[in-house]
Formats: sequence, structure tokens, C-alpha cells
Amino acid sequence: MLGFVARRLLYLVPVLVAVSLLTFLIASLLPGDLAYVILGDQKVEALRHDMGLDQPIWWRYASWLGHVLQGDFGRSFRTGQTVLQAVAERLPVSLELMILAEIIGLAVGVPIAIACAVRSGGAFDRLMTGSAFGMLSVPTFLSAILLIYLFAVELRWLPATGYVPFAEDPVGNLRFFVLPALTLAFAEWPGIMRVLRSDMIATLQEDYIALAKAKGLKASRILFVHALKPSSLTLVTITGINIGRLIGGALIVETIFALPGIGRLLVGAIYTRDLIILQGVVLLVAAGFVVMNFIVDLLYAVLDPRIRHGLA
Amino acid sequence: MTEPALLSVEGVSVDLPTPRGNLRAVDHVDLTIGAGRTLGVVGESGCGKTMLSRAILQLLPKKAKLSGRVMFDGQDLVRLEPERLRKLRGRSLAVVFQDPMTSLNPVLTIGTQLIETLQEHLELDGNAARRRGAELLAAVGIPAPEQRLTQYPHQLSGGMRQRVAIAIALSCEPKLLIADEPTTALDVTIQAQILDLLAREQRRRHMAMILITHDLGVVAGRTDEVAVMYAGRVVERAPTPVLFKKMHMPYTEALLAAIPKIDAAPHTPLPAISGRPPDPTRPIQGCSFSPRCRYAAGLCYREKPLLTAAESADHQFACFHPIVTPAGIGA
Amino acid sequence: MASLELSIDEDVAVSPVKRTRGLGPLFWAAIAWMIFIFAAAALAGLLPLPSPTDMDMLERRAPASVLHWLGTDGLGRDELARLIYGARISLTVGLCAPVIGITIGGALGMLAGYFRGRFESLVVGSMDVLLAFPPLILALAVTAYLGQSLLNLTCILGVLGIPAFMRVARAATLTLARREFVVAAQALGATHARILLRELLPNVFLPLFAFFLLGVAVTIVVEGALSFLGLGVPPPISSWGSMIGEGRESLEVAPRLAFLPAITMFLTVLSFNLVGDTLRALTDPRQGAL
Repeated sequence: MLGFVARRLLYLVPVLVAVSLLTFLIASLLPGDLAYVILGDQKVEALRHDMGLDQPIWWRYASWLGHVLQGDFGRSFRTGQTVLQAVAERLPVSLELMILAEIIGLAVGVPIAIACAVRSGGAFDRLMTGSAFGMLSVPTFLSAILLIYLFAVELRWLPATGYVPFAEDPVGNLRFFVLPALTLAFAEWPGIMRVLRSDMIATLQEDYIALAKAKGLKASRILFVHALKPSSLTLVTITGINIGRLIGGALIVETIFALPGIGRLLVGAIYTRDLIILQGVVLLVAAGFVVMNFIVDLLYAVLDPRIRHGLA
Repeated sequence: MTEPALLSVEGVSVDLPTPRGNLRAVDHVDLTIGAGRTLGVVGESGCGKTMLSRAILQLLPKKAKLSGRVMFDGQDLVRLEPERLRKLRGRSLAVVFQDPMTSLNPVLTIGTQLIETLQEHLELDGNAARRRGAELLAAVGIPAPEQRLTQYPHQLSGGMRQRVAIAIALSCEPKLLIADEPTTALDVTIQAQILDLLAREQRRRHMAMILITHDLGVVAGRTDEVAVMYAGRVVERAPTPVLFKKMHMPYTEALLAAIPKIDAAPHTPLPAISGRPPDPTRPIQGCSFSPRCRYAAGLCYREKPLLTAAESADHQFACFHPIVTPAGIGA
Repeated sequence: MASLELSIDEDVAVSPVKRTRGLGPLFWAAIAWMIFIFAAAALAGLLPLPSPTDMDMLERRAPASVLHWLGTDGLGRDELARLIYGARISLTVGLCAPVIGITIGGALGMLAGYFRGRFESLVVGSMDVLLAFPPLILALAVTAYLGQSLLNLTCILGVLGIPAFMRVARAATLTLARREFVVAAQALGATHARILLRELLPNVFLPLFAFFLLGVAVTIVVEGALSFLGLGVPPPISSWGSMIGEGRESLEVAPRLAFLPAITMFLTVLSFNLVGDTLRALTDPRQGAL
């Protein structure tokens, strides 16, 4: 097991380094010399020297990376916040959105997938598979508009935009999250459902399921213990990848529903040329994605004992 | 047979729809087996023996159509309510599949798979079930049984896995065990051990057993009765010693001749049966074996022979030109 | 499988459901829509439509009428004309961007799958790095750098698609490169270029093309999302996305302004997805499609 983890870690490091390099380059290429942006014309030279902007690019990269590895991602010149502070402020919002969306997606997708797999080829299966396919063709912002129209405009049950922290007002907080989470979940459940269904259909044809039936076990036990466990591998992968993706800040959703999350932080940083924020946050997000994949790999090993022992 | 049969397969046929037409995997098969007796079912791949076993267990694929009756312990399994069937399975009726690598769940421990049957049918609690599980593993010859309970199938060798599968099958003292090619996936050196284990347990528990195999050598000396299948039908049935000494079917004769003999000279060519089993989707008119049979003549190509009795009522065969004096075998 | 005969029977019995599906009525309906929307977009200039940019301030958000078949938008512009001219933009970006992906990604994938070794590790690794970035952010950052224009948008969306095409091409090449016809060609002394172009490319092309169609669907969606936020195609050019974005303001009064382009986009995306998915199921040697 340790060897497995070590090998995965070794791959991780070069990827993270490359990510940091790319991030830095992109940020540096954005037009608008940082010093000018801050000060306008005056005292530019002194500030440039202060900020190290007159040094060659590789020096700046090394310096930045050095600070990053010590936990210093820099400070936004606009808001004065450090990158970590800004992220810490916004992260809970994005996380809440992500987790709620994924929970709804799983709560809808998993039961439907199981029901479809058990009666594959039947009317319900075909209906659900068709719906899932159709839903995958509906862009996120379209679902958002649709939901807003239905629930905020016509029925007036839920607010279209806004946010209040959970600690302050749990119910209010959740009310603001319903539509955005639903919007994202619309895009999540078809993927989850299709993958799990396909996996379970294959699993249900395996010999060990036939033997489980021949042993006279209850149908529920066969389904949930014998069939679901081997199939859950792919489910875990998908969920992990989804969450990793969503870490990028479900940008569209956050913008439409005016949620102060990481996605909006990034967009704001691009437009105000807040490069420090941009660099730091993109690095964190990308690194988070890479780490997420790593965790998914580890979970694989936990769930499938064959991988743990170095086989499959 | 004086005692009523434990299992009586009556006129069972299995049809499978395929893109190329209907596939008749099992064609009007009748079989009986009494309590405590062993029946061997022998035939080449594709002769329908596995389909037959699945039909008996009611484990056919969804698209399959089953006709006929399967009387087990006085009940017709085909028409039994699912819940009562479920209670029978694993308890009175057990099965061992061919490949233990695929018939054991790879992500569950041996213990889980062994104990769940005990808990389901015998309602043992956790500890009692674990103890019984370890006992069962020891009984089938697995060393260090308590440790094995926490291991996974892939951590055991092929022979051990099959022993586990047998332990699972025997766990609730079934009345009938169906062993579908139990040794085909194993090393030759292990095969005899497993077969001996099955025979020993069968005698000890006075359990009926159906031993399905493609190898006539496997059934010799280990079964009371043998049924030979070809192209979905039973073509010869007899008590084992009778079959080996006085077989009537050319097919049986050919099967026997195809077994490599230890006392034959080295490099003796193996008399393989020429030709291939018929395509089940395109049934042949007349006897299914006629294209490959060296005794085949006119009537064989036109009509299907029915099972008729030979000298004794328990020896039946389906042939128009049965062998009267078999070319000495001495099996 | 328990025994050979069972698995053969099972496969044979189960397959009738799977293989006959595919080119059903839905598939042809999708093709029909694709042709229709293409024709409308291409022939926009020839159609008897009012100009999509003429504003009629007296007729703002007007319902459907003889003059304006689908009504007018918030600035009095003819909705039908805008839909069709919007189709031009969305389809242009939607088609051109994946072309970048399929050529560069396809080439990289084939080379990686064929030559293997360190080159392959390098290619796969770089794609992984690219994939670690949230794509929308990358697109936004680049358009901020290069300026918001149709060309820039197309380019960045194209580049973002490269890793996916690389994967498909590489996977296909890996399975094919070991087959006999390649080995035979090598034995005959064919150069790498010849093998790649003559033997592998025709076989890799089909799965790549299926993926291309799926890529078109995705690009239309991403471009739509960006334009919806005002960060995609630069105004005054409008695509379906920007129309939906504008329509959002009129949701209470005239919801059709958002929903008409939404439905058109949905149908187009659905069609590309259907055709692409069907083709993928047909050309994928591993029958695993849903």
C-alpha cells in the first residue's frame, strides 16, 4: 500500500510544479504592468523595484514559488487581503455549493441507476436513459434560467440571487442555495446515473451474482452488498472528478446567482488585473484538482482490495 | 429405484432467442436422481449441460424460455413462488461453479461470503456463524481457517478457492449439490483432490450430487449413474459400470476412446472425434450426431432416435445402430 | 464466465437488443435539424428577413406578428433574424474551435500512441497539466490578455479541446498499432510517416470524428455560457448565448426572448450529441457505449 501511495505522490510533484509555472506565466503575460495599475504614472520606478518587477522573469518565478512553499501566496493590492484570506473567505461558499450539488446529484442519480440496472431494457430504463442524455445537452446556464423563471419569477418561492452565511441564518442560507445547487445537480445526475447503471449492468451479469442468487440470499443483499460494492469504484471516481471540476468554482452558477465564491473571486481578479490573487487562486484551484485526483486514486485502492495488493 | 427421486427433471427444454433464430440449448431432457446418489452428466462444450444445470437452479438468463417440470423434493421449481424458491436455494439445493475466480465476489472477504449463507438460512448469529465457517473451511482441507475468513479470494490459490466454494455450498447441509465442471479451471494435480473431496463429503452427508463434466474419466468410479448429452439431448443413460462396459451409443464409445490412456505407447495418436458439435440454431434433421458418426446410415439422417431401454430398464440410449459388442475398453 | 457455452449463449441472446439500435428515427431527426440550422445560417443573407440590427424603439418586446414572426427583442430588433444570425456565430465558433482540437490533439495523440516512450509520457503529462486548470478561467484570462474577439475566443476554446482529442487519438492508436497490418507494413519497410498516414489515420479518424461532433456540442455550450455572461463574443456581435443573456433581463415581461434562443441552442446541442454518440457507439471497438 505504501509503495502505491509513494508512486502516486512522485507523479504528483512534477505536475504541480508545471501547474505553478504555467499559472505564473499566464498571469505575467496579462497586459497592464502591475506597478502602473497600482500607482498610475508616479513613483512607478521605485515601486517596480520594490515589487521586484524589474527582475527577469525566471527570478520572479523562483521568488514567488519560494514564498508559496512557505505559505505566503501574496497580498492583493486592491483589497489588502492576503490570497489565503480571500480564499478562506470564499471557499466555504463554493464548498457548500459543490457539496449540496453533488449530494443532490447522487441522491437522484444512484437510485435511478440501480433501478435501471435491475430492469435494464425495460420501459423505465429507456425513459431514464433518454432523459439523462437529454439533460446532458442542457447547458448549465440554461437550467439556471429555467429554474429562475419557474421558481423565482413565476412561483416566487425562492430568491434568484443573494447569499447569507450559514452561521448567521441556516434556513435563509439554504434557501439561497436551493436554485444554484439544483442547477448544478441537473448537470451532475445524468453523468453519475449513466456510469453507475452501465457498471451495475455489467456487474449483475457476473458469475458471483449468479452464485449469490443460487445461495438463496435476499435480493436486497445481493443488490447492495454484492453488486453495488464492485460498481461503486467507478462511482467514486466520477464523484471525485466532479468535485475536482467543481472546485474551479462553478463559475457560471456563482455569477448568475451572485454567490460570493471562488469562481467569482477569480473572475473579479482577471478584470481588476489583481494578478497576485489570480496567480495564487488559480494555483490553489489547479493544485486542488490534482490532489483530488490523487485522493480518488487512493480511494480506489481502499475499495478494491485487488489494487491494494498490487494486482488489478 | 425404490425410493422416490429427490430430483426429477421432466421434459425440460430451454430455448434462447438469438439474432440468428431460436437456439434450443436443452431438448426434452428427462433425468432423475435419488437421495444420496451421484449422477454424472457428460458432454462436449455446447451440448447444453450447463444450461441444464441453470435450468434446474432456475438461474437462466432473462430471455430464456423454459418448458417442462423440475420436481425437487416434491415441488415443481419452475412454478414455485420466488420467496419459497429463495429459501430452498443455498439450503437444500447448492451449486459449485466452474471457475472460483469469477464465482466468488472479489471485493468481499471469504468470511463474508461463507457466513452470509449461514446467517440467511440457519439464522446463526455472528460468532456462531464465524465458528461454523472456520469449521467448514477446515473440513474442506484449508489450513489456518480462521485467518482465511478475513482474506480475499485473490489471495488464495485456485484449488483453495474452489475448496471455499465447496465449503459455501455445503454450509447448510444441502440435499442436492450440483457441481458444474468443478475441476476444469484447476491444475490437473489439484483436480483429483477436489473430486475426492466432493465424493467424500457427499458420502458423509448422504447428499445427492450431480457432477457435470466434459471428461468421462472424471465420472468413472465417482458416480452411480451417468447421462451422456449431445446437442441438448440425453443420448445415453446407464449406471456407471454398465456404461463403461456395455455402452451402446457410438458417441459414448468415441468419448471413451478419446481419453488418453496411461498405458498406451508414447506418441499414440489420440482418436479425437472428427467434426464439430452442431450449431444449435440450425437443428439437423435426423440424429444430431449423424454427421460425425461412423456407423450412421440411412434412417439416422432422417429421423431423431428416441431414448429406448436396453437390456435393463436403467440403461437407455437413443440410436438406430447401437453398438452391441463395444470394442473392449476395460475402463 | 462459468463455462464457455453459457457465455456464448448469453452473449448471443443478449445482443439483439444492443446492435439493432442506432440509426433510429431520433438519429435522422437530429441530422435533419443539423442540416436545417446549417442551411438557415449559411443562407441567412438570402432569406427574406428584416435586418437583425435594425432597432425599432416603438416596437420593443413586441409579440409575434406578420412583420416580426417571432416578435422583437428589448431593442426592437427582429427576433427571428437575430436567431438565425446568432446561429451563424454560434455554429462558426462551434465548428472551428474543435477543428483546432482535432488537428493538433489528434496528431499529438497519434504520435504519442505510436512512438510511446518518453515522448508519450511528455505529451500525456502536459495534457494532464493543461487539464488541471479550470477551463473557463483559462478562457477568460486569455481573452482578457488578447482582447475579446471572435478569433481569440475560437482559438482558446480550440486549445482547451486539445487534451480530449489527444486522449481519443492515443487510445485508438494504442489498440491499432499492435495489429497485424501495422506490423506487416513495418516488415515491408514502410516509413513511420507512411504507416501513420496510410494505415493508422484512416482507422483512427472515425472515432475521432465521432468525438469531434461531441466537441462541437460542448463548444457551443461553452461559448454560449461565456457570451451569456458578456465575456464571450464581443458586442455588438451576438450569438445565442448573448441573446439568452440579454433575454434574462426580460424574464418577467417577455420570457420568450430568453427561451427561444435557449430552445434553439438546446436542439442544436442535442442533435450534435445524438449523432456523435451514435457514431461513437458504432465505431468504438469496445462495445461499451450507453
